[in-house]
This record gives sequence, C-alpha cells and structure tokens, in this order.
Amino acid sequence: MRNATADKTTHPILIFWIVAGWVGYCLLPWYMVEGGLWSFEWLVDGYPFDEDYAPAAFLIGQGEKLWLAPLLIPLALPLLVLRRSKSDPLYAQILILSGTLGFGWLIAQGFSIGIRGFNYDWLSSLFGDIRLRQFGMGYGAMICASAFLFLLTQGIAARGAINGDVFVVSAIGGVITIVTAFVFFPIAKMLFAAFVTEDGAYSMSVFFAKFFDDRLWGLGCLWGARCGAAWNSLFLAIMVGFITTALGLAFALVVTRSGFRYKRALRALTVLPIITPPFVIGLALILLFGLSGTVTQFFAELFGLQPTRWLYGLPGVLIAQTLAFTPIAFLVLIGVVEGVSPSMEEAAQTLRANRWQTFKTVSLPLMRPGLANAFLLGFIESMADFGNPLVLGGNFDVLSTEIFFAIVGAQYDQGRAAVLAIVLLFFTLSAFYAQRVWLGKKSYTTVTGKGDSGVHPLMPNGLAIPVMIVALGWALFTAAVYAMIIYGSVVELWGVNNSLTFKHYVTAFSLRFEEEGIRWTGAAWDSFWTTITIAAIAAPLTAAVGLVTAYLLTRQSFAGKNAFEFGTMLSFAIPGTVIGVSYILAFNVPPIEITGTGVILVISFIFRNMPVGVRAGIASMSQLDRSLDESSLTLGANSWQTFRRIILPLLRPAILAALVYSFVRAMTAISAVIFLVSAEYDMATSYIIGRVENNDYGLAIAYSTTLIFVMLAAVGLLQLLVGQVQIGRRMSQSQTTSQKEST
Amino acid sequence: MKKLTTTALGTAIALAASVSAAQADKLTLYCSAQEDWCQLMARSFEDATGIDVNMTRKSSGETFAQIRAEASNPKGDVWWGGTGDPHLQAAEEGLTMEYVSPMRDQLHDWAISQAESAGNRTIGIYSGALGYGYNTDLLAANNLPEPSCWKDLLKPEYKGHVQMANPNSSGTAYTTLASMVQIFGEDEGFEFMKGLHSNINQYTKSGSAPIKAAGRGENTIGIVFMHDAVAQAVSGFPVKVVAPCEGTGYEIGSMSIIDGARNEDEAKKFYDWALSAEAQNLALQVNAFQVPSNKGAQTSDSAPDMSTIKLINYDFKKYGSSDERKRLLQKWDEDVSTLPQ
Repeated sequence: MRNATADKTTHPILIFWIVAGWVGYCLLPWYMVEGGLWSFEWLVDGYPFDEDYAPAAFLIGQGEKLWLAPLLIPLALPLLVLRRSKSDPLYAQILILSGTLGFGWLIAQGFSIGIRGFNYDWLSSLFGDIRLRQFGMGYGAMICASAFLFLLTQGIAARGAINGDVFVVSAIGGVITIVTAFVFFPIAKMLFAAFVTEDGAYSMSVFFAKFFDDRLWGLGCLWGARCGAAWNSLFLAIMVGFITTALGLAFALVVTRSGFRYKRALRALTVLPIITPPFVIGLALILLFGLSGTVTQFFAELFGLQPTRWLYGLPGVLIAQTLAFTPIAFLVLIGVVEGVSPSMEEAAQTLRANRWQTFKTVSLPLMRPGLANAFLLGFIESMADFGNPLVLGGNFDVLSTEIFFAIVGAQYDQGRAAVLAIVLLFFTLSAFYAQRVWLGKKSYTTVTGKGDSGVHPLMPNGLAIPVMIVALGWALFTAAVYAMIIYGSVVELWGVNNSLTFKHYVTAFSLRFEEEGIRWTGAAWDSFWTTITIAAIAAPLTAAVGLVTAYLLTRQSFAGKNAFEFGTMLSFAIPGTVIGVSYILAFNVPPIEITGTGVILVISFIFRNMPVGVRAGIASMSQLDRSLDESSLTLGANSWQTFRRIILPLLRPAILAALVYSFVRAMTAISAVIFLVSAEYDMATSYIIGRVENNDYGLAIAYSTTLIFVMLAAVGLLQLLVGQVQIGRRMSQSQTTSQKEST
Repeated sequence: MKKLTTTALGTAIALAASVSAAQADKLTLYCSAQEDWCQLMARSFEDATGIDVNMTRKSSGETFAQIRAEASNPKGDVWWGGTGDPHLQAAEEGLTMEYVSPMRDQLHDWAISQAESAGNRTIGIYSGALGYGYNTDLLAANNLPEPSCWKDLLKPEYKGHVQMANPNSSGTAYTTLASMVQIFGEDEGFEFMKGLHSNINQYTKSGSAPIKAAGRGENTIGIVFMHDAVAQAVSGFPVKVVAPCEGTGYEIGSMSIIDGARNEDEAKKFYDWALSAEAQNLALQVNAFQVPSNKGAQTSDSAPDMSTIKLINYDFKKYGSSDERKRLLQKWDEDVSTLPQ
C-alpha cells in the first residue's frame, strides 16, 4: 500500500510546507513585532513597508537586511521536485539540501547578527563594522524555519529512514529541534555566561573567582560564623530527603499494612503538595512559631520563657520543606509498598521467619527502588525550593535564593547567578547518578503476569506502634498548618487585630456589575486570569509534546534513541531557578527574543512539565500491545492515522492526567516563573510574593487559599473524568480489590 | 516549533478582535519604584494626556543593566524612580539624555543639585532619609530602653534585636554603610558596622524587609529608610520611627530620559508631568512617604519631617561610583560579615 502512495507525484504535505515557507518569507512580518506575538497592530501600522513590520521579501526589496536574500535559493529549490516521485533519489537529495541550507543559514545569520551588529569580532573584522542589526525572530522567520525543518525531514524520510515514514521522521525532527532550542541551548548559554567578564570577554579566572567564593563554599559555621550557600543547600537537601522518605514510608506502611481505619483520609494527603502554592506553608509556620507566633506566645507565657527567633534559618526551612514534600514521598512509596508481592512475604513466613525478619530481610530490600526515588525527589525538590527559604531562611543562605538575589538585587551579577546555577545543577545531576548506581542492575520485579492473590502481612508490633504514632502525629500537624492557612485568610491583621473579616477576599476578588458587563475590580484578577490563560495554553501543549515523545520512545526505534530520551527527561533534573536564569540569558537577545512576553512563560511550563507527560504516556503506551498498531498499519493506515485513531483514544487517562498535572503545576510554579514574569504578564505566584514582601500576609494567604480551591476543583474534575474512562476487559483480582477500596 | 506557531496564531486571531485599530501616541516607561506606585503613575499619565504607557517595573540595578544592554537600540523612553546611584552612573556613561525641564523652578534645591551634578541628565523626584524603626510592643516586652542615636544600637542589650539588609544585595543597606563611613569616618564607621554585626539577628536580602519583620513582631529594630518605617506605622503596625541624633544619610530617587528614546516628545511630556505637584501627590495614595521634590506637593502628616532631621552632606558622586562601592562592599565582606556573631 505504501509503495502506491510513494509513487504519486502530488505531494500535499510537501506543497503545504513549500507554501508555508513562501508565506513566511513574503507575507508575514519577519521580525518580532513590538507588543508581542498576540498584538496585531502591525496590520494597520505601515505594513508591509514599515521596517519594523515588513516581511523579508519587502525588506530586501527596499535594500534592507540583505543577508536574508540567500534564503530565496533554498525556498526555490523544492519547486524543482514537485513533479518527481518520492523514489527518485533527486527528490530526497534536493529536499535535504534545501532544508539544511535554509535552516542552517537562518540559524547562522540569527546568531551572528544581533541588536548591535555582528555578535563576533572575527565577523566584523572580516566584513568591516557596517551598521547591521536585527531583532528577534517573528512570525515570518519562525514559519520559514519550520518549513525548512520539515522539508529536511521529508527529504530524510524519502531517503528511506524509518521506513520512509514522514510523520515519524518529522515528529523526531520537531521534538529534537524544540528540545535543543528550549532545553540545551539555554543551559549551554548559561554555562558560557559563567565565564564572561564585566566587559564581555571570556575568561577562566572569572569563573574560578566566582566559583571559589567564600559565600559559596565557606565553612565558617564550624566555628560560629556562617557556612557557604552550597554546603547549606546540600546539607538541607540531604536532611529533607531522609526525613521525607522516612515519614513517607511510615504513611505508606500505615495505609497498606495496618488495621488503621481512616486510610482514605491519609491518602488525601497526597494531593496536598500538588495544589499548595509556594509560601503558604512558610507563612503559616511564621504565624504559628515565629517570634510573635500564636504557639510561641502561648508557651512563652505558660513557662515564662523568652520567645526566640529559632524558626528563622535551618529549622524553619527544614520543617516547611518536610511538610511540603512528605506527601510526595508518600505518593511514590505507596505504590511501591503495595507492589511488593505478598507471595514473597508469605514464602518467607512459611520458611519460619517471624514478621520482623520478613519485614527486614524481604519487604524492605524490595522497596529499595521506591526509597531511592522518594529520596531523590525530596532531595531535588528541596534543592529547587524557592518559596520556603525566601520567607524562613534568615541567615541560612541556600543556592536557589542566592541565585535569585544575584539577578534581582543591587549586585545584578548574571555571571554569579550562572555559577550558582551550575553548582545547583551539578548537585541534582549527581543525585540522579548516585541513585542509578545505588539501585544497580538488580531486579526488583515482583509483579508478574501470574495471578497473585496473597494478602500483605501486617507490620510487626514493635514497628507498628512507633510508625503509627509518627505518621498520625505528622498528619495532625499538617492538618493544623492547613487549618491555620484558612484561618489566616479571614483575620484582619494577624497578631495585631484578630477580628474576623472577608476584607482580603474582597480586596483581591471584588467585582462590580455594570451596564457594560462585569468590572473585575479586585487587585488579584489581572494575575489570576493571566495565570489561568497561560496554564490553559500550556497544558494541552505540554500533553501533546509529552505524548508524541512517549510515542516515539515506546513505538519507534531509531539511532540515538537513548540520547533522545535523556534529552527529553533532562529538564526534570534541572531546578526551576536554573531554568529561569538560563531562559533570561538565552532569550533576552535575538534570534529568539521572548523575555517579557507570555510566550516565554508558556514555553517554560511546557519544558518544565513535559517529562511528566512523557512518563505518563510511556506508562500507558507500554500497556497497549503493539499488535494494535500493527493491525492498523497492515490495514493500510499510515503511522499518523494509527497514532490518532488507535493510540490516542486508548490513552485518554494519560492525556487527562498530563493535562491536569501541567495545568495545576503551571498555577503553583514559582522558581522559574519569578524570573520570567513582566508587568504585563504577571502570574499569581509572583503577585503573591509581592504581597508577602509588602507585609500584606492577609491578602497573600487569601489568594493562596483561593488557588487551593481552584486547583482542588481541577483535580476533582480529573478524577471524575478519568473514573469514567473504562477499557472493556475482565477485572483482575487486584483491580477488584482496589475498586472496592475506592468506593 | 510548528505546534507553537499554530497555537500562537490561533490565539492571536482570537485576540485580534479586541485590539483597537486606532493609533495613539505611546511611551515606554521603565519604573523602579514599588509596583503599585508605578501602576498609578502610568495610569494617571494616560488619563492626563491620552498617551499610551507601556510600563515595565524592574529594580534600579536591573533597569540600569537593561538600558546599558539596549544602548545601541534603546527601547525605553523614560526611567522613573529608584535610588539615585544607578541614574548617576547612567548619566556618567552617557546612556541618558540632557534635558532642562521648565518645571525646575518649582523644585527643591536638592533635586536640582542632583541634576547639576550629572550634567542635567537626571533629576531628583523624591528623597528619603535613612533611619530606623522599632516595634514598640516588643521593646516594652523585653524591657529595652528606647534608642535614639546610631550608637545606641551598639549597646549589648540589643543583641539579637537589630535587623538590616545585606549591603551586597540591597541599595538601602549600601546607603547605610556609606552613611556610617561619612558620619564617623572610614575607620570608626567600620568599627560601628562590626559592633552592629554582633547585635544583628539577620541580614535580609531586600532593603525594607527589616522594618516589615518589625511590624509583624518578628524583629525589634529595623534599619531602613524612614519612609518605609512610616508606611508600616500607617498600616496599623506598632512601629515607631527614629531619626538618629548623629545625623543621617539619604537617597534621592531620580528620573532620566533615555538617550535616543524613540518617543522623545512624549518622554519630555512625562518628565515635566512627573515633576508637577499634582503627579507627586499621587504618592500619598499608595503609602509612599518619601519627600516629593516639588515644593508645592503635599506631604503626609505621618511622613518624616525633613526639616527636623539632621542630614549629612552625602557625597553622591564619590559613594555612587562603582569603584568606591566595590571597595567598601569588599571591605565589609572581609572585615565584618565573617565575624562570629
């Protein structure tokens, strides 16, 4: 069947991209239009002759930006092959030539000619210092670039790569290009920034001076002064990793292996970290345990003690992060603890091991991957955490806040921020590596296709009692903190005037009904709608990129697949602060100049949250048997049709999960966002930070509480929708039991 | 890339309907004061003149860096607000434009001398004196005496009760450091900072954070600009403001027109308007208690009375220069911040 289509001489996809290339070159404004992508002022303001809005063809016609002229050659080349068949070797060669030339020239000119003329000295010495300059790429340049890219992939496909499958080759090319542009390029740019001196030259000594700074690696805390931020971060992250893993394990054991009655309430804890905006935990802790906190005052009066500022510094950050990240460890471990096959444990007991021995020698070792994962997540989350150290850090400097203040403070030192970010990235990547090594190549598989109808043994008593006490105590503490958050949003001025009021909600979310419609008069509406819009745009894109990547990873094999997988998962190990810094360094200048726009926020969310979409997609796609694809292909569908008609519908739960997760994460993200917001595109979290800095705790907490409920609604909606997606099949033993549990 | 573009296009078409076709005069404003003040200034100028204002708020350090980066292709027109040092530096590097406003005769002398020291490339729009504030409740609860001078803060009974920002990250704290050096001389000034160090409970990152913590009862004494302390007192926190008896330094918030501004006429209009009493009165609506540079502008009753504060003759030229700044900060880093507390 496929041979028949290959012999046709009309190529609709090819024609589409050729036309797109010409439209981008001749009709659309080549450069970024002032006012952003979504502004259409240019249509009425001097287009197509105004230099700011002109398409490339008009610019050249007026004798401007002549370096864009060579692009006409690769644009014209593919016209030659329109009448040729795909099997003609010339077809592939010309397309590859045109794509490579066009894309390569676009990139080369974009990087060599910037706002201030040539970006590299050797270019100016070669061509002289003429006043050339250009701004960031706009619609025209972007569409042209896409056209060249997909001409290239069509050429590669025509040469026979991946069975000549245009869709798969284009998808691979597309994903590689965007991951390169929005993950690797900014990171590389940041690495370079660490070596730049004040006057713009490159120098190793600058890097070393900043790297071996005492504020980074000092060990003063051993003799009463202060330690460097790197040690602080490392120490804190290790502590948080251990404590959250231990607490998470305690919760998981209580839920799966004890007679505790209110397991469902405990399970609800797992939702908390996903829907909690940053800061609120820190703020609630200050209101409870700060110098003038409720609890502090109560005990000070009770025992006649002098209240202290013990909360500010390591203790406060540690408590806040443990509160915030324990549920994540719980979420990871609950699956693992449930997954340990009961038959193994039963076998141990049959061999006369007592419950304690069984737990120690069988159950616990089998949980190793889960423990390692939980630790890793706690470690990375703590390293990347920005909100809690900001409000509770005191003199305890950590890398994430130091990076922030290197960029926004009076020092304004991008090089220092880059060096700090490199240290942070080094720590998280090392943790990833260490986890791999620790787990080794042993097999931890206990769930097999065979039926396994055993029941998990209860914990030994010596373990059960302390575990129950710890888990329940922590659960109560968490509940108290969250109750405080809600209470804090309805008091006038905490600590000074404790009368109840809805004033903060009114300030934030008031609206007036007028003749022209609703007037959103509340102070928070602007950032609220921006957040919802950006999150709503980012979520489907995240899911799409994630699922296409997952499809390529599970269903296709191609050279360099491992590197491809590493690249797509890399952004998961990169803390948000690092992403933020690298994005402003990379996208502040042409060719991609998008700082201060909404686009940069959307893009940062896509690549921050994409790994989750990939993982969710891989997990569900591995459950779909390949025979489904094969029968579809055998029946004559191409791979795009197979993907759309067969795989996508079966992936609905994964799609929904990726959608809601990325939507909610986009609403609570702060670490990357704080660098990327602008007056026009302010996000909820950065608005809240502003309120916190202004001492306006009431408004900050009221806004956060509102966000919590909005996100709860989103998560609830997801549960409702996913619950209805049922794939018709017999229920296995384990599904029946879990169904019972959840009803 | 393809996906992004198509979605962007789709959204764009949806949004296009809401974009009005009318062309208005426009102005790009870089604002380095607090967010709500910036917003209010931008909106009020739009109302007063019908010129569209595109406002970006960034700290003065960031804005300075941005203007420097855009020097060959300026995108901003006016830079309003923020402490004077970076404005002076920008003037020194020729990044801002000479302009003598017809509003000058309405201004205080300090605002004009700021302009003259920079070859008329910048001008003072407000000023604020350095001082400190304390939480009256906490002071009473700890049976501490009321401080009234800088040297009072060195007393051992205030150990763990004083907070200031880190001079590396905050312009306010750098002004404190430079003021101490000018009040007491360099050697004694650093001795003062060392003594203060042992009483400090936290060096915050942002300049006004110490007094905010004091307002909430999380700290007793905060070294800040007095107008920030007043803002806390006005919001209902038990904060009392102190103008230290030895005299004190101050900042002059400034405004400059960016050299090569695309909308130069609109920029001049904004410049003149921002110096008017009417525009400077807006500060009161957003609890900004700095002293306005227009003699006719209102000052709040709660604002610190500049005539009763002993101001030193602050040498903006010397202490605003980046070499001196670097030297003092490095000395502070090495001699003061490493001491055990």
